[in-house]
Amino acid sequence: MKKRPFNLLRWFGDTGWRHLVGIALVVVAVFPLLYVLSASLNPGGSLVGSNALFSTIDAQNYVALFTNPDQPFALWFLNSMVIGLVTGVCTVFLGAMAAYAFSRMRFRGRRIGLLSLMLIQMFPQFLAVVAIFLLLSAISDVFPALGLGSQLGLILVYLGGALGVNTYLMYGFFNTVPVSIDEAAKLDGASHAQIFFSIILRLVAPILAVVGLLSFIGSTGEYVIASVVLTDPSSQTLAVGLYTFVSQQFSNNWSIFAAGAVLAALPVVALFLALQKYIVGGLTAGSVK
Amino acid sequence: MTNDDDRVDTLDPTDEVAVDPGTPTEGASAAPRIRPQKPARPERTSRSSGIGGLIAKIALLGLLDAFAVWTVFVMVGLHMWIPVGVTVLVTGVINWIYLGRGKRLPAKYLAPGVSFLLLFQVFVVVFSGYIAFTNYSDGHNSTKEDAVASISSAGAKRVPDSPAYQLSVLQRGAPLYLLVTAPDGTASIGTTNQPLKAVNNAEKDSTGRATGLPGYRSLNLSEVLDQQDAITSLKVPVSSNPNDGFLRTDDASTAYVFKSDLTYDATADTFTDSNGVVYSDNGKGEFQQVDGTKTLSPGWKVDVGLQNFVKAFTNPQLAGPLWKVIIWTFVFAFLSVATTFALGLFLAIVLNHPRLRGKKIYRVLVILPYAFPAFLSGLVWAGLLNPEFGFINQVLLGGAQIPWLTDPWLARLSVIGVNLWLGYPYMFLVCTGALQSLPEEVDEAARVDGASPWRIFRSIKLPLLLVSVAPLLIASFAFNFNNFNVIYMLTRGWPRFTDTTLDIGSTDLLITMVYKVAFGQGGVRDYGLASALSILIFILIAIISIIAFRKTKVLEEINS
Repeated sequence: MKKRPFNLLRWFGDTGWRHLVGIALVVVAVFPLLYVLSASLNPGGSLVGSNALFSTIDAQNYVALFTNPDQPFALWFLNSMVIGLVTGVCTVFLGAMAAYAFSRMRFRGRRIGLLSLMLIQMFPQFLAVVAIFLLLSAISDVFPALGLGSQLGLILVYLGGALGVNTYLMYGFFNTVPVSIDEAAKLDGASHAQIFFSIILRLVAPILAVVGLLSFIGSTGEYVIASVVLTDPSSQTLAVGLYTFVSQQFSNNWSIFAAGAVLAALPVVALFLALQKYIVGGLTAGSVK
Repeated sequence: MTNDDDRVDTLDPTDEVAVDPGTPTEGASAAPRIRPQKPARPERTSRSSGIGGLIAKIALLGLLDAFAVWTVFVMVGLHMWIPVGVTVLVTGVINWIYLGRGKRLPAKYLAPGVSFLLLFQVFVVVFSGYIAFTNYSDGHNSTKEDAVASISSAGAKRVPDSPAYQLSVLQRGAPLYLLVTAPDGTASIGTTNQPLKAVNNAEKDSTGRATGLPGYRSLNLSEVLDQQDAITSLKVPVSSNPNDGFLRTDDASTAYVFKSDLTYDATADTFTDSNGVVYSDNGKGEFQQVDGTKTLSPGWKVDVGLQNFVKAFTNPQLAGPLWKVIIWTFVFAFLSVATTFALGLFLAIVLNHPRLRGKKIYRVLVILPYAFPAFLSGLVWAGLLNPEFGFINQVLLGGAQIPWLTDPWLARLSVIGVNLWLGYPYMFLVCTGALQSLPEEVDEAARVDGASPWRIFRSIKLPLLLVSVAPLLIASFAFNFNNFNVIYMLTRGWPRFTDTTLDIGSTDLLITMVYKVAFGQGGVRDYGLASALSILIFILIAIISIIAFRKTKVLEEINS
């Protein structure tokens, strides 16, 4: 009996206060997300009506999201997924090829190549958004299918950033795969392409997943270039479409926007949580070398 | 040659047995790490990818070449000589890389990514540099030739005695063409920017009106109705001389000749209007009235040297706001890194405790803001912080009317706060990783020496941590320097400055300012000025990075 209060104090000094801090931050972190969820289920529609959390629950906003022709949410969603997936897959492929070359081959200009990649990636692509716009409008004259207004054109622009930091992440991971595996395969008569496609790519799958996911998140959330390239509402992505939708009539469209936000965030958050382990590994790989 | 391929594919087991005993010694003696590509066998390795790989390679190269040839044809038609040269060169290099063997192997793996990088990241930066020295903007976005044609056709009136041309609308690819039949029965075809050209193989109907042309598709009535706007906006020059006027139609069945009351004199390079007023090239990409200020629109693109940079720092509308934006950009980036790092590190230390239960749950929940798409977070917080209806004012502060996003200083505070919410999980993850990799013994040794936990943290853990995290902090600074989404989605850069009519505000970063100058609603889209500001950002980031990396190298040397 005498020990108990002493123990409680000790517990609090040791780990108890950590729970308090943790809980406080969890509230701050999760609250806005719960608020969006609540607003999306509130049939009231306006911003002020969304303040009573979870008072009414109704799917009407979700229905409205898919029935209003001014705001083709289904198309935006599809566009974002297609652009994000294609960009993600191609980014992984281009980055992995470059990382394979840097990791496994020794050639002239290798060090300089790695160094220039690091320098180039310091300058984000969207800084040159004016030049990208003018370049694409010039391409439109030759190839309407790749120029302004074209999602394929936008994907090509995004692939301009496929190397850079991605190659770095992959390069580090490729180096952890023993070279003896390649050599054994080579002795068995495998060509460099066979080694790359059927051996290395399988062994480095975790980093491919991370890079693919980061690229997917990056391209689905990208606003600057997408808003300049995709002018037609039916070809826009979620970032561009939802922004214009909500910025026009901020307060009135609120709960429909919230429903859109919930649906838009779901795939990204789900993927993120599923691959969390790898992402954390990828992020900290840079810091802890 | 084929024999070699066959042996590799089909006689694998024997091959293995035959090679295995001999090669290990070779491998062991010949420094395996440094030269994975042994000079003795490149021929074999590059050829043994099998028939499938070879076919795929030939097919892809063939597609690329076909595409290149087609592009070249189109570009030659448009007189784009420099792009033609570049296309031919690039296609040649790619073919050379993939058709060769041996030494070109690394290039085979690097070429695809590097091509994209060169075009969409390196080239566009160089191109930005070029645009920054031009007056490229709305009204100055084409060549002088186009400007002359455009001025000649603007403000045009129908020529009083102009004959009526019968017409049909044709299409080839995306562009629409007018096929017209002159009163004398001759048929000719043309479109905007492509003067009428007589054709003699047109199909004609019973009245003698030309209705179709081989290689083109004639539009039927409903298609014509669908594309009415596009058809009535066509201006087909009668000849290559802009003074001859152009054909226009209002009903898609008859076209008339229209002429501007401005006539262009090619030898003197001047425009003269019906009152005899002369406009001449003023050297700034415009035709200007000789004794007056009136200019004709559109102008064209000319090089203006440093004018955009000078304008940015001397124009009273621009200079004051620009300095404020630059300072705020630095403050925002610095505070963003400082606050997120402080909170992330604090949280990492708090939750990185061996006996803390539920660590994993906390970890997943506190990184949720990082998983939520950033552009959505900005918009959601804009709703939460809305002064009139937002949750923060209405519910948490009991109906207060605090102008979170409309008062300059509160808006800046809100932006920093929201960015903290968004950014601390990243720092938390990074710091957790770095803390876990610190050696335990250091901690223990210090504790044995009687150091307090705070002292251990400040003098031992933090310096060690900074060494590994410093490059990420620099990267984070560079990222926040250009953190477009948070600013644009949350405040759009507003509240607007009162000392300028331009759309620049208290929370604008340089990058949002660039975006608004180039693509903002209302006002002139000034690409030249926007590019000049981009170049300014490039220079600033470069300087910061160089200084920062130098400093962190010093840090590293001190500690190691």
